[in-house]
Amino acid sequence: MKKRKFKESVFKFLMLLATVIVVGSLFLIAGTVIYRGIPYISLDMVTQVPSGGFYIGKEGGVLNAIIGSLYVAGGASVIGIIISIPVVVYLNLYIKRDTLFANAVRMCFDVLFGIPSIVYGAFGFIIMIYFGLRASLLGGIIAVTLLIIPILIRTLDEIIKTVPSELRDTSFSLGATRWEAAKVVLRQIRPGILTALLLAFGRGVGDVASVMFTAGFSDNIPTSFHEPAATLPLAIFFQLSSPIEEVRGRAYAAALILTALVLMITVAAEFFTKKLSKNKI
Amino acid sequence: METVIPTPEIKNQRTAESAQPHIRVQNLNVHIGGQHILKDINIDIPNKKVTSIIGPSGCGKTTLLKTFNRLLDNSADVNIEGKVLLDGENIYDPRAEVTQIRKKMGLLSQKPFPLPMSIYDNVAYGPRIHGIRKKKELDELVERYLNAAGLWDEVKDRLHTSAAKLSIGQQQRLCLARGLAVEPEIILGDESTSALDPVSTHRIEELFLQLKEKYTIVLVTHILRQARRVSDYIIFVYMGRVIEFGPTEEVLLHPKEELTKEYVKGFIS
Repeated sequence: MKKRKFKESVFKFLMLLATVIVVGSLFLIAGTVIYRGIPYISLDMVTQVPSGGFYIGKEGGVLNAIIGSLYVAGGASVIGIIISIPVVVYLNLYIKRDTLFANAVRMCFDVLFGIPSIVYGAFGFIIMIYFGLRASLLGGIIAVTLLIIPILIRTLDEIIKTVPSELRDTSFSLGATRWEAAKVVLRQIRPGILTALLLAFGRGVGDVASVMFTAGFSDNIPTSFHEPAATLPLAIFFQLSSPIEEVRGRAYAAALILTALVLMITVAAEFFTKKLSKNKI
Repeated sequence: METVIPTPEIKNQRTAESAQPHIRVQNLNVHIGGQHILKDINIDIPNKKVTSIIGPSGCGKTTLLKTFNRLLDNSADVNIEGKVLLDGENIYDPRAEVTQIRKKMGLLSQKPFPLPMSIYDNVAYGPRIHGIRKKKELDELVERYLNAAGLWDEVKDRLHTSAAKLSIGQQQRLCLARGLAVEPEIILGDESTSALDPVSTHRIEELFLQLKEKYTIVLVTHILRQARRVSDYIIFVYMGRVIEFGPTEEVLLHPKEELTKEYVKGFIS
């Protein structure tokens, strides 16, 4: 009896320790960013584009990178979901769920999921050169879309599996075509689609390697798809390597802005998820 | 409101039609994942009667029901041989239009599965996919079939709220209304009352008795008392074979086959 009790307390302790480490590191990271970034946060940071001497400590802000990041990650999320939903519907509703083909396709996406983002960046770069494109907003969106599609597909695939097959059969038994049945299933997973989008957006907005060569960097807010676009992760990367303390501080401020951006989108998504769950079965 | 009590003319017509089987199953064999689930099934389901399929769990009764509206088509590893004739036409004919076949049958499953939308949209779903767009027409259909399912008075003030908020018993009646709204000829019930409380069960059974005036009803049930209460005919299925098929009283009270006798005794003695 004593031994069992001892084991129980040891494992309880280990579990608690692991939880504390994880939650603790989150607070440590957030704390560092806030502590080092807050002194450099100003209205200018979020409303101004960099002026001539911004990178040596003169005035300006990172609005170019904020907008650029929203464009790149937002555009990629929209295109990504437009491509992913048909794939997932096809895998789950058009072909029988556990066939060799369906599972082979799933494995492809698992492999794509594991590919580091720099590879997507390099691949996007090659495609751009092939088509004679320069670093541009469009290039960045394409590279990030490639990066997040496996996340979207794998997440949606898991979510769509949780829909009871009876719901599908219900539509079929009313004489629905496959696409009409798919629409019912998609309606049921609307909150899940939002979660998948959020995950994908989070990954896309924070990635440096995929946008480094493809979106490039610019001090201006892009006005067309063919202009290069700045992104927050790159803005952080450039400023962090500066010898000037003011500029390094601004890197943390930019990181704080990026974190706040993701946080705001998470909260908004949570709100809309609740709204969309209204009719869920 | 349309009542489900037939006018005398319809009644005469019904007796004439009754002679013709509505669903005719010929030499039906079903294999799922290499297992022989249904073996040489040959039955005629009578028109505008309630026919119950009874048998122990896993005997293939639900599979038999699902062959009638081709719901097995979506599962992997299914092999179906033989014919199921609906009004004389083989529904497994490669040229048969599966959505049209399914439209002729309303399925009421074990647990109610309302669609993730409002009460109104649930009932209007079928008519809409089959091309009815006019609001007035849809309004009428929704009211008529919610009435037919005995749900109208309970929900008429909240038609546009979520169907998920209804009680289980109400949800099942909503599913019935939704099935009726595509104007089927046949109602298939797959243990439709097994998730319901006794009061809701009673309501559904009453509805079946009313609805058989207009529809052919095929039920799968494992409750013998229910089969006795609602059905005109009984099909006893055991290990994938039809053992006995006949009028309710005959099969339940004076079974011819030894297996039926044992099954019936095990439950009601």
